[in-house]
Amino acid sequence: MKISALLFLVLLFAAFSYFMARQKITTAYRQHKSSHKILTLPKYFGYVAALCALLPALVVLLFLQMVEEPYINSEIATYISSEHIDANQNLDLYLNEIKSADTPEKVAALSEEKQLVYQRYHEIEQTTATTISVVVLAISILLTIGALKKININTPARKVFEKIIEGILLLAASIAIMTTVGIVFSVLFESTRFFGEVPILSFMFGTEWSPQTAIRADQVGSSAAFGAVPLFVGTMLISFIALLVSVPLGLMSAIYLSEYASRSIRSIAKPVLEILAGIPTVVYGFFAALTVAPFIRGLGESIGLSVASESALAAGLVMGIMIIPFVSSLSDDVLSAVPQSLREGSLGLGATRSETIIKVLIPAALPGIVGGVLLAASRAIGETMIVVMAAGLAANLTVNPLEAVTTVTVQIVTLLTGDQEFDSAKTLAAFALGLMLFVTTLVLNVIALHVVRKYREQYE
Amino acid sequence: MNEAVMNELAEPTMKNKSGPETEESLNIEYTETVGQPFCDDAKIKTKNVNVFYADNQAIYDVSLDIGAHEVIALIGPSGCGKSTYLRTLNRMNDTIDICRVEGQILLDGENIYRKKQDPVLLRARVGMVFQKPNPFPKSIYDNVAYGPRIHGLTKNKAELDELVEASLTKAGLFQEVKDRLHAPGTGLSGGQQQRLCIARTIAVQPEVILMDEPASALDPIATAKIEELINELKENFTIVIVTHSMQQAARVSQRTAYFHMGRLIEVGDTDQIFTNPSHELTEKYITGRFG
Repeated sequence: MKISALLFLVLLFAAFSYFMARQKITTAYRQHKSSHKILTLPKYFGYVAALCALLPALVVLLFLQMVEEPYINSEIATYISSEHIDANQNLDLYLNEIKSADTPEKVAALSEEKQLVYQRYHEIEQTTATTISVVVLAISILLTIGALKKININTPARKVFEKIIEGILLLAASIAIMTTVGIVFSVLFESTRFFGEVPILSFMFGTEWSPQTAIRADQVGSSAAFGAVPLFVGTMLISFIALLVSVPLGLMSAIYLSEYASRSIRSIAKPVLEILAGIPTVVYGFFAALTVAPFIRGLGESIGLSVASESALAAGLVMGIMIIPFVSSLSDDVLSAVPQSLREGSLGLGATRSETIIKVLIPAALPGIVGGVLLAASRAIGETMIVVMAAGLAANLTVNPLEAVTTVTVQIVTLLTGDQEFDSAKTLAAFALGLMLFVTTLVLNVIALHVVRKYREQYE
Repeated sequence: MNEAVMNELAEPTMKNKSGPETEESLNIEYTETVGQPFCDDAKIKTKNVNVFYADNQAIYDVSLDIGAHEVIALIGPSGCGKSTYLRTLNRMNDTIDICRVEGQILLDGENIYRKKQDPVLLRARVGMVFQKPNPFPKSIYDNVAYGPRIHGLTKNKAELDELVEASLTKAGLFQEVKDRLHAPGTGLSGGQQQRLCIARTIAVQPEVILMDEPASALDPIATAKIEELINELKENFTIVIVTHSMQQAARVSQRTAYFHMGRLIEVGDTDQIFTNPSHELTEKYITGRFG
């Protein structure tokens, strides 16, 4: 039986037991004529019965699905060895060839020997699938019947339901956390492989980045260098330019929107500003590459500066525009959340509006503002597309914003795109870069949190 | 902000309409203000003041003098316009877009609503203490030093220290906080916070202090302290206090003005208002028939 059909049936049972349990309790209430006015609603008994029919069956189904494939493989392996078929190739490849024969033509194309194995495979697959369906359905049906039989008005249905909900919520929370942990560990693992080939110090402090490794020893350009410093300097340079643009602009527009703008202006300006965040970065990218970069180049040349046609400045400026909404929107929200009484208190002492904003509102809203800036900064550090298009791929170690630079994320992309094998230092370097980027942003976050805790002015 | 104020103003009006006593009171003809709304030594003179929120009129034709170095209490049922009237005296209503003030308000003979008047400077002369204590989320010292710093009242740190100490002492708070001047002002108790706000207002050395129900969020002991403080402050300042508590008005004020539905009904010496009111509405309010 197909999985989808199985799921459908189990859901059907769940729905059935929901209605039956509800019905049973409703009738029981009617006959019982309890003296209490407030009773557990019948629907809670229904939920509990439905979950009885659903949850264990789903868990078992998931488990069986996971063990199905290893089981089939081992069964076929035993068959092959018992029939003395010469699986002279790798066993995995052999099995793959058989499993991929899903049309009659392909089956016919197999050798006779393989056809035998194919038939055997087919039989095993059939039986396991049937077994799974039967087991899951049996569990579902048995539990449905059991639940419907046992459930009565004394069942602590509400309590059980709350527990189940709590469990589901916990599961949801832990999935996010487990994923993060999983990603960190996989990056960590691949990075250690990389650091086995390239010394960690030469990676962290090397000033040259040219990841092209030679395949043969006599090849030209075989000197691979994995110094990450130029990439991180490039990332920081571009992010710095972007923040230089977005923090003042974003903060000032937030102040205007929350303190000065009339309601009608605000209702138009705020959504328009937020649209900026919705423009795909690729669009920003070609805007940067085709409009801003040539403009900067022209401007630089007119005052006698030599500007690369792909420059950190162009990428940084456009990225700055892109992340304005992160700063402005969040800052606007926290500024608006500062109690009106503080504003009036300050105005009542004869402070002007701008004095009130600088001395009272911004300190009070600081945590939120820093939060917005942090979000913007992590967007800037993680941004790839604009840099690829506007700042280039050359790993120059420079802090001159008029030269071409590259960033960590861009290099990760170039390392991993195309046909790659996952055991060369070149591809593994991507994981090491990812790890270092992760650590960098983590440190930035910790610093920012610390700053906020020190300087925040908490209002009640 | 506008909404909050609007709600505050709109809600009680509706309550009034539903109250049984108010129906009766509405039948009473509105007359000219009775009592003595004018005095010889006036600090603030208001003449025929009307206040509108968009199309709703909140204050009708109020004329009232506020004498120098007196404490005048504004009383009346919720939504009667006493807070609105108070806020016109230092142009706090300017922060509400839809609010419009007509009539004349003279501070030392000069109209504060004239074009040339800078509302910011006005507020330095006419300070305000609010209903809910609203210390800034800064240290106690910085709270008090806020006004002097903005207005450049002191030349150096020593002078500022002195001014802060003097203000805190006048507000009766210095002894309690002298060891923790740099602790956050928000960490004080409600009564202390309100006295901190008063100290903050005094530090700017205003001529008039407006108090909008300064003790309504406080317990009886803290309230008593605030009232005691008001009695001391009247030596140096003119004080206009809005209050819901008639006992408080009786305890702290020399004159009392009774507002009803946006009109000034009666003004007189506090003793006279509470013992022998001339207007029927005042009497009903004093005796607790509505409000």
